[in-house]
Amino acid sequence: MPDLTLPVIRLQASRRWRFIDLEELWHYRELIYFLTWRDIKVRYKQTAIGIVWAVLQPIAMMAVFTLFFGKLAKLPSDGVPYPVFTFCALLPWQVFSRSISDSANSLVTDQRLISRVYFPRIIVPTASIVGSLMDFLISFSLFLIVMAWYGIAPTLNVVFLPVFLLLMMMTALGMGYWLSALNIEYRDVVYALPFISQIWMFLSPVVYSSSLVPAKYRLLYGLNPMAGVIDGFRWALLGVGPGPSPMLLASGCISVALFVSGIFWFRGRERTFADAIGSGGR
Amino acid sequence: MSDIAIRVEGLGKRYPIQTGGARYKSLRDVLTNTFMAPFRPRQEKKKGDFWALKDISFEVKAGQVVGLVGRNGAGKSTLLKVLSRITEPTVGFADIHGRVGSLLEVGTGFHPELSGRENIFLNGAILGMKRAEIIRKFDEIVAFAEIDRFIDQPVKFYSSGMFVRLAFAVAAHLEPEILFVDEVLAVGDAAFQKKCLGKMGDVARSGRTVVLVSHNMGAISELCTHGVLLDGGKVSLVGGVEEIVEGYANMLASNSHDVVLEEKSELPVSVVSARATNGEGFAAASFDINESIVLEFEYVVRQRIYGFQLSVTVARSYLDILRSYDTDGGDIPPFVDPGQYRARMSIPARFLKAGHYAILLHSSDPQVVFQTLEGILTFTVEELSENTVSRGYRQERPGQVIFPGHWSTERL
Repeated sequence: MPDLTLPVIRLQASRRWRFIDLEELWHYRELIYFLTWRDIKVRYKQTAIGIVWAVLQPIAMMAVFTLFFGKLAKLPSDGVPYPVFTFCALLPWQVFSRSISDSANSLVTDQRLISRVYFPRIIVPTASIVGSLMDFLISFSLFLIVMAWYGIAPTLNVVFLPVFLLLMMMTALGMGYWLSALNIEYRDVVYALPFISQIWMFLSPVVYSSSLVPAKYRLLYGLNPMAGVIDGFRWALLGVGPGPSPMLLASGCISVALFVSGIFWFRGRERTFADAIGSGGR
Repeated sequence: MSDIAIRVEGLGKRYPIQTGGARYKSLRDVLTNTFMAPFRPRQEKKKGDFWALKDISFEVKAGQVVGLVGRNGAGKSTLLKVLSRITEPTVGFADIHGRVGSLLEVGTGFHPELSGRENIFLNGAILGMKRAEIIRKFDEIVAFAEIDRFIDQPVKFYSSGMFVRLAFAVAAHLEPEILFVDEVLAVGDAAFQKKCLGKMGDVARSGRTVVLVSHNMGAISELCTHGVLLDGGKVSLVGGVEEIVEGYANMLASNSHDVVLEEKSELPVSVVSARATNGEGFAAASFDINESIVLEFEYVVRQRIYGFQLSVTVARSYLDILRSYDTDGGDIPPFVDPGQYRARMSIPARFLKAGHYAILLHSSDPQVVFQTLEGILTFTVEELSENTVSRGYRQERPGQVIFPGHWSTERL
């Protein structure tokens, strides 16, 4: 029986510039959930020590940074104990660096899916990044324990933490959209990533304080979106660092711009994904 | 109110022709090319395009089961990919009325590390099922796949048969208004294929619209009500399924099955004609697997030749299957005298599997090859009169000929 409520979809060459179709994404929300769930499940199933890895990694980083940058190089840490100072920065940084490597590969990893079934393609890098929030939750709980250990209480600024969380996600997603869409077309993008990620970390205030940067260069420094996110985390959780400033604003704007441009770039390229894959794996 | 399910209008799909041998582009090459371009003499950039689909228009009414038929490279799979939204058309459009499910492969998105249970949910979600729907059908899916004891094992421990059964079971429980299917019937063991075919039949009878791509005319005739015949990326015929199957057979008749060659007076022997004929003696370019085929050659001998031999090599998709000499049947006559001769070689019914065949003809004496005629005849063998889904000699299964095998089984 023909049903008047049947949706009609017109398939044709799409416009060059498209934002995300929120209604469609809502319709596919269960797929986002299942792909995220798969990524998390597989990640903890594949490594022999599973969830221990997620605990060990930030602790090990914190220990190494504290030893070399805190104790040996004696980098200033804005008046809080160095381990807390650097751990606080590692919270968003690890999500970010993990996100860019996972998401850049995400479309290629799921290329069979893309060449066999229709769904909004943006779900793939999104799910891989949302999945890394699981690691974030683990390291965040650890961080709270470390804070308690050093007897540091969060300041009232903590109410602004969600803002910086959002900026962190936008930066990670924006990079993820750019890189995943580039990588499916140009498969050599991933080879540059470990290098970019390493340079980027030293351009961000992970092991040092951004107050080391001379005041006249601060705004320029703020063009690195992760600088704003990390400073924001320190300010919200520990009450140190410059806090709201033109630099932070610049950084925030870049994060939003990265996110929005990432969506447009991804949506503009997605029509060619299946063709770029070809009949691979058939 | 209309009962149209799919309307395709002037649809075309263009692919750029890939240059060079690289499988994927590299950003490094693109960047160096861009930066180095001003320093290089201007090269003429000529990039070819290839239209995989051109000006495709047809309609499918709700409840029709439509077979997409055509030779390899006719555009069937591309059209199915466009209709199931995997790739976009370059021009034209298609209107799809209703929820779509596409089965271009079974087991899409299965993850080896996850258990059978987890994969049912994951695969179901990928195919567009809601979580509640999967929960409701879960037991039915497990029962259909016959794997209940292994449901909590990671699928990497499954046998390939179990894997395929589970994958198909999920797919078979999809309930969209429109279903696109690509050759997924070519999986699993015979008994399970029968079951799948039954399930597909149920889907078709339940009033859902199905578009099915297959080169198996038996399956197409059995399952479909209507068909679309594609040739070289264009629609060549739209109609009822009998008409389409017949049209397809006629299309294949454009092979070289009846050739006349110029006599070469400089050769001691020269082949002048070749024909592939059916049992009734009519030349044909396509045969059913249940038909016998007679290859007929006429040649002119201009001088007495000692130890003359004619040989036929039958190749299926470039793979030589057999070679036969006209003297294989008995004693070799010491010589052949001048005159015109006709030689016939008959291939019994139910011997050649479905596929494209090419015949190579040699004429020779023990020292010299006089003529080598490669591909002098080409013809197709089709699975027209029989649904071979549960047969060992189905086209895509391993093996090159139909071999009945004289089986006997007794209960002990």
